[in-house]
Amino acid sequence: MVGSLRGECQVSSPASALPNSSSPLRIAALVKRFGQVAAVDGITLELRKGECLGLLGPNGAGKSTLIRSIVGRVIPDAGTISIFGAPADSMAARNTLGWIPQELALYPRLTCRENLQSFGRYHGMGGAALEQAVERCLGWATLTDRAGELVKNLSGGMKRRLNMAAGLIHQPKLVLMDEPTVGVDPQSRNNIFEMIEKLHAEGMSLIYTTHYMEEAERLCDRVAIVDHGKVIALGTNAELVQNAFGSRSQVLARFAGTDDRVAAWVKERGGHTVEGSAQFTIEHPTEIAGLLEASAKAGFELVDVSLRKPNLESVFLHLTGRELRD
Amino acid sequence: MMISSIVRTALVSLRRDRGALALSFILPVVFFSIFAVIFGGRRDSTPKIKVIVVDEDHSRASQRLVQGLKLEGALLVKVRPEPVKGAEQAEYSAATAETAVKQGTAPVALIVPRGFGENPIAFGPADANRPTIQLLEDSSDMIAPQMIAGLLQKVAMTSMPDLMAEQGSKYFDQFAGGLTPEQRGRLNDGIRYLRERQDSGAASSDSGNGGGIVAVTARAVVGENKNNPMVSFYAAAIGVMFLLFTASGAAGALLDEAESGTLDRVLSSRVTMTSLMLGKLTYNSLLAFAQLLVMFLWGWAVFKLDFWSHIPGFIVMGVCTAVAVAAFGLLLASICSTRAQLGALSTLIILVMSSIGGSMFPRFLMPESMQKAGLFTINAWAIDGFTKVFWRDEPISHLWPQVLVLVCIAIALFAIARRVARRWEYV
Repeated sequence: MVGSLRGECQVSSPASALPNSSSPLRIAALVKRFGQVAAVDGITLELRKGECLGLLGPNGAGKSTLIRSIVGRVIPDAGTISIFGAPADSMAARNTLGWIPQELALYPRLTCRENLQSFGRYHGMGGAALEQAVERCLGWATLTDRAGELVKNLSGGMKRRLNMAAGLIHQPKLVLMDEPTVGVDPQSRNNIFEMIEKLHAEGMSLIYTTHYMEEAERLCDRVAIVDHGKVIALGTNAELVQNAFGSRSQVLARFAGTDDRVAAWVKERGGHTVEGSAQFTIEHPTEIAGLLEASAKAGFELVDVSLRKPNLESVFLHLTGRELRD
Repeated sequence: MMISSIVRTALVSLRRDRGALALSFILPVVFFSIFAVIFGGRRDSTPKIKVIVVDEDHSRASQRLVQGLKLEGALLVKVRPEPVKGAEQAEYSAATAETAVKQGTAPVALIVPRGFGENPIAFGPADANRPTIQLLEDSSDMIAPQMIAGLLQKVAMTSMPDLMAEQGSKYFDQFAGGLTPEQRGRLNDGIRYLRERQDSGAASSDSGNGGGIVAVTARAVVGENKNNPMVSFYAAAIGVMFLLFTASGAAGALLDEAESGTLDRVLSSRVTMTSLMLGKLTYNSLLAFAQLLVMFLWGWAVFKLDFWSHIPGFIVMGVCTAVAVAAFGLLLASICSTRAQLGALSTLIILVMSSIGGSMFPRFLMPESMQKAGLFTINAWAIDGFTKVFWRDEPISHLWPQVLVLVCIAIALFAIARRVARRWEYV
C-alpha cells in the first residue's frame, strides 16, 4: 500500500514560495558540447503542469546531459532552462525541483530516517516540518517500519524506494526520475510504479527516463525520444505509433534453422531479424499470406507466425535504429 | 600454467595501479634516502651541536677553553645571539644563555664562572670551593649535553697543556717534596714553550682524551620538573602523523559521495560547494582535535604528562593543527579521483612529511638542511608548537609563529582544494 505525499499534512516548504503560474519546465534551444561532440544539440521542450513526460533514448543519446542541465549540474553552452519561471541552478529552481538520480545517492551508514533528515536539512528544512516530511516520505516509500534500519542493510528494492523518497523530502513540484527501477525485482518495480502513479494522481509534474518501454507506456502521458542530442519524436504513445507506422502492422515469423539464407531472405523482403525472429512491417493483414507463400517457395519451414500492432518499442527501434550504441 | 596465469594477471593489474606501484617502489626508496641522510652523515650537512658559551672569567685559561671548543668540528659555538637586522648583539650572559636554552635556541649552554682561571683543572676528588663550569641543558635532547660534557674534558686536556703541566708540578710539590731548582727551571721552560705554542695556535685540538679534569655541574633548565621528558614530544609527533592519516581518510568521504552520486544530489539542494567543503573542513577539524585530545589525555593518564596545567596552549595548538591537517586532507581528496588513489598518495606524502617533519625522529638531531626541509611540513610546526607548550612552558603569546604558519597553511590548502573541487561542481 503506497502512502500519499500530499493531503495528510500540509507543511510549508521552500517550494510553496514559488510562483505557480509558469510552466514546470521550459527548455529552449539548449546546447551542450563536450569538445567536438554536441551531447545536447538544440533541444526545445516544455513540460505541462501535472504531466508525466517520458524521456527515452539509446545510451549516449544525450539524456543524462539534458537531465544534469535541468538540475543545474551542467552549464549549457547555449539555450535556457526555466523551472516554474526560475533559471535552472537558481535557489528558487533548486527548491521546487526534486531529483531522483539513477545512482543510489544515499549515506549507507545512516538509517532511512537519518538520510531523509539529512537531505531535508540540505534543503533548508527543520523542526516539526522536517519530521512530518520524513514520516510522510517513509510512508510513501513503504519504509515506515524500516525507518531505523541502516541503508547498507536494506534490500535493493528498499534502497531504490528510499532513493526516491530522498528526492521528494522537500516537497518539490517538479520531479526528475532517472531510471528509478534499475536492478529491482518485479514486485519492487510494481511498487515503484504505484508510488509514481500516486504522485502523478496528486498533480505532480514528472520527467521520467527509462530504457523500459513498457514503463513509459504505463506511466507517461507523453514521450520524448532523444537521439544524437536532439528530440526526434514527441507525443503521446498513440501519436508516436501513428506518426511512425500509420496504420501498418508488424508480422513476426520464426523459421526452423537459423542459417544465413533465412536472414538474407528476410532482408531482401524488407524485414529484419531480431533475436531469431523475422520482423516485417505490412500495410494490411492480408499481406501475411503473400509473405508465407514466398517463404514456403524459398524452402523455409515456418514454426510460428503472429501479427501485432506496433508499440513504443517498435517506434523507438524504428527511429533510433538497431545498431549497438555502446 | 595456472600459476603463470595468476602472476601475469596480477602484474598487469599492478602496472595499471599507479598508486600501488608508487607504494611498492617509490616510497621505500624515498624513505631509505631520508633516513640515509639523517643517519648517514653526509659530509656537507653533518649535524653540529649548537652550544652557547658564556665566559664570565675572561682569563687566559677560560679564553683558551672557549677557543678550544670553537675548534671542535662537532660543535657550533655561539657566544652572542645572531645579529638582528645586521646589528651585532651583546655577548650572552648566564641569564640570557639560560633563557636561550629554555627557548630552544641551543640544547646546551656552558657558563665558565669567574675565578675559573685561577684553578682551571684538578685531578682527584671534587673540591667544593672550586669554581665549576655550569652546563645548562635542555633534557629533551638526550645526546647533546652528554656529548658536550665529554668534549669539554677533551678540550681542557688539549687546549691547556701548559696548565696541565703546571698543575702537575704543583701536585709533585705537594706530594713528592718538590723539585730541585734545576729541575724547576727546566719544567718552567717546558711550560713556557707549551704556552707560547698554544698562544701561537700551533696546537691542534684533535688529540688527547680524558675526563673529569674540569669541574662541571650539569643542570637541566628545560624539563627539569617533567615526569617523563619525551612523552609530550611523542604525543605531538605521533599524534600529528596519525591526524594526517585520519584527515585524508575522512576527506575521502568526498570521493565516496562523488562516486555514489550523493555529491550530485547534495549539490542540487541548497548546499553549495563552498559550504559543503567548509562543512567537511569543520567536521574533519573536530575529528582531528578530538584525536589529539584523546592522545594527550592518554599521555596524562598513563605517562604522567602534565596536561591540565597546559590547557590553553593545548587548545591553541590543537585547533591550529587540526584545521591545518583537515585542509591538507581535503586537498588530497580533491586532487584524487578514487579512494585507492587517495590511499596511495596520502601514505606516500604523509610518511615523507612525518619523517622529515620530526614525527618519527626529532628534528634537532637531523642535519641542518633536513631541519630546514622540515619547515615545509605541518608536522614540524605543530610539533614545535606543542613542544613550546608542554616542554618549554612558554606563554601562549610565544606560539604566534606556529599559529601563523599553521593558519596560513590551512587557508592556502583549503583555497587550493576549493579551486580543484570545481571539477565536481559543474561540467
